[in-house]
Amino acid sequence: MPLAILVAVLYVLHQDFWNWKDARPLVFGFLPVGLFYHGVYTLACAALMALLCKYAWPAHLDDPEEPGA
Amino acid sequence: MIATVFVAIYLAAVLYIGIFAFRGKRGSGAEDFFLAGRSLGGFVFLFSLFGTHMTAFAILGSSGHAFQNGIVTYGLMASSSALVVPLLLLFAGTRIWSLGKRYGFMTPVQIFRDRWECGHIGTAIFAVQALLLLPYIIIGVMGGGTAMQAVSGGFVPYWLGGAVVAIVVMSYVFFGGMRGTAWVNTFQTLLFLSFGAIAIVVIGQGMGGFAPAMERILADPATAPLLSRERFPAAVFFSYTFIPLSAIAFPHIGIFCLTANRVTQFRRTVILYPLCLLFIWLPCVYLGVAANAAPEIPKTARDAVLLNLLGLHSPEWLAGILGAGIMAAVMASDSQILALSTMFTEDVFAYYGHRERFGEKAQVHVGRLFVIGVTATAYAIAQRAPASIFELASQYAFSGYAALSPLVLAALFWRRSTKWGALASTLWVAASVAGIAWIQAVIPAPPPGPPVPVWTPGGIGVIARTASGTAVFGMLPVAAMTIGSALVMAVVSVMTPPPTDAAIRRYFRD
Repeated sequence: MPLAILVAVLYVLHQDFWNWKDARPLVFGFLPVGLFYHGVYTLACAALMALLCKYAWPAHLDDPEEPGA
Repeated sequence: MIATVFVAIYLAAVLYIGIFAFRGKRGSGAEDFFLAGRSLGGFVFLFSLFGTHMTAFAILGSSGHAFQNGIVTYGLMASSSALVVPLLLLFAGTRIWSLGKRYGFMTPVQIFRDRWECGHIGTAIFAVQALLLLPYIIIGVMGGGTAMQAVSGGFVPYWLGGAVVAIVVMSYVFFGGMRGTAWVNTFQTLLFLSFGAIAIVVIGQGMGGFAPAMERILADPATAPLLSRERFPAAVFFSYTFIPLSAIAFPHIGIFCLTANRVTQFRRTVILYPLCLLFIWLPCVYLGVAANAAPEIPKTARDAVLLNLLGLHSPEWLAGILGAGIMAAVMASDSQILALSTMFTEDVFAYYGHRERFGEKAQVHVGRLFVIGVTATAYAIAQRAPASIFELASQYAFSGYAALSPLVLAALFWRRSTKWGALASTLWVAASVAGIAWIQAVIPAPPPGPPVPVWTPGGIGVIARTASGTAVFGMLPVAAMTIGSALVMAVVSVMTPPPTDAAIRRYFRD
């Protein structure tokens, strides 16, 4: 359940209205803040997927004799 | 000329990998030709799945879109996919794999037919999927011709470039089947992943650093909004999150999920998929935006913007290597051609009794002939029709496949879903894609600016025509199409008799 909430939170965080009209600060001097945010967001997706694979992996599918779900 | 030589070397390498490499591992049956004997493992599964999903748009289109629309491109297409696509692979892709391993399925339609105990409804789903896939293949052939012409600086004409690319793709799909295609896709993915890193270093140095380039863009009121999203409606941005749902409904992705040798291959793929997106999309989008600081780049450059930047800032030999990287991204139609061939031979040829009559070897021969037929037809159409038509058609196809995702998810996760719900959902998708195409054909696009209302019942703006397409409730049509598809599936399913207990037991644990 906490992981489902985390997925929902990350989905909502995609809509970063607080960065909408800002180009500055330029992170590292050259990366507009909106683009930097979505780059970090992508890294957060990878981290979430690692958590899901660890704690929500559909283990029963490892055995192909098990029904699909 | 040097660039043409590098591209020729690249094409020869692709042919070698696709046709001759790993030949010893090949068997002779349909499962071996169409699914590589369900034997893909290690990084081949990750990179070939990623390469299969990425099209020419990942490099050329993304930078062209960013050149015109700014940083919003990354959020629209990359970061939303970074969340949605791995989730679909983790929870739906693994189930598709498991069902394939357990019951021998080779296409998604075979799962639908078995899960909902239907025949002709499966054929209807096949027809809609095949029709939505065709524009992609044609666009791929067109992209090959255009990219060869651009990379060679006009040395190779469009018709010849398209023919060379089509013949190369056809050859390794024909001879190598899924195994050859998967290894070529792996090679291509590694090439275009390295492309982003090299291109950003070379072009950054050539432009005199990116920090001054960003300041120049911010100093000009015409280009400053490209570094934020102030010109982009938030509702449209939100509706783009529906597009990645298409991944699990694409037949070539569904079929690819069946090729893994173990379900654990999905772990690495799911975790690394967002990182692959980051490595390819962030440099391409950033370079597309940064090109606005280069006065030498014409405003009409669009999808050629990266090629123009490379021409300006890299030596010819490096532009040649990077051009090969671009070709790698453009040649994405291989897995779609193979998927269409697999679907035809399994869902039509075998399903209607021809495998029993003529044997499995004949099925593989038919699949190979189908590969030649599809490629030749796509090439012939690509030579005659304007690209804009198929660019539009592939936009509809993205929305169409996203709206088909409730069908896949219902088959895998909802016991009460029925064949009539599946048929209704499929017809809804076909009708809504045709409806949007009709609106855009009969109502001319307004100039950039406020949308033109088309249907406003009770003063509520439901459908509007915009400069770039159609808006439904102020969003991309894909949102309404997908929600509508899910609703139709749910309502019709509860109104019709449930599947038999025997069918449900095959798919769900008690």
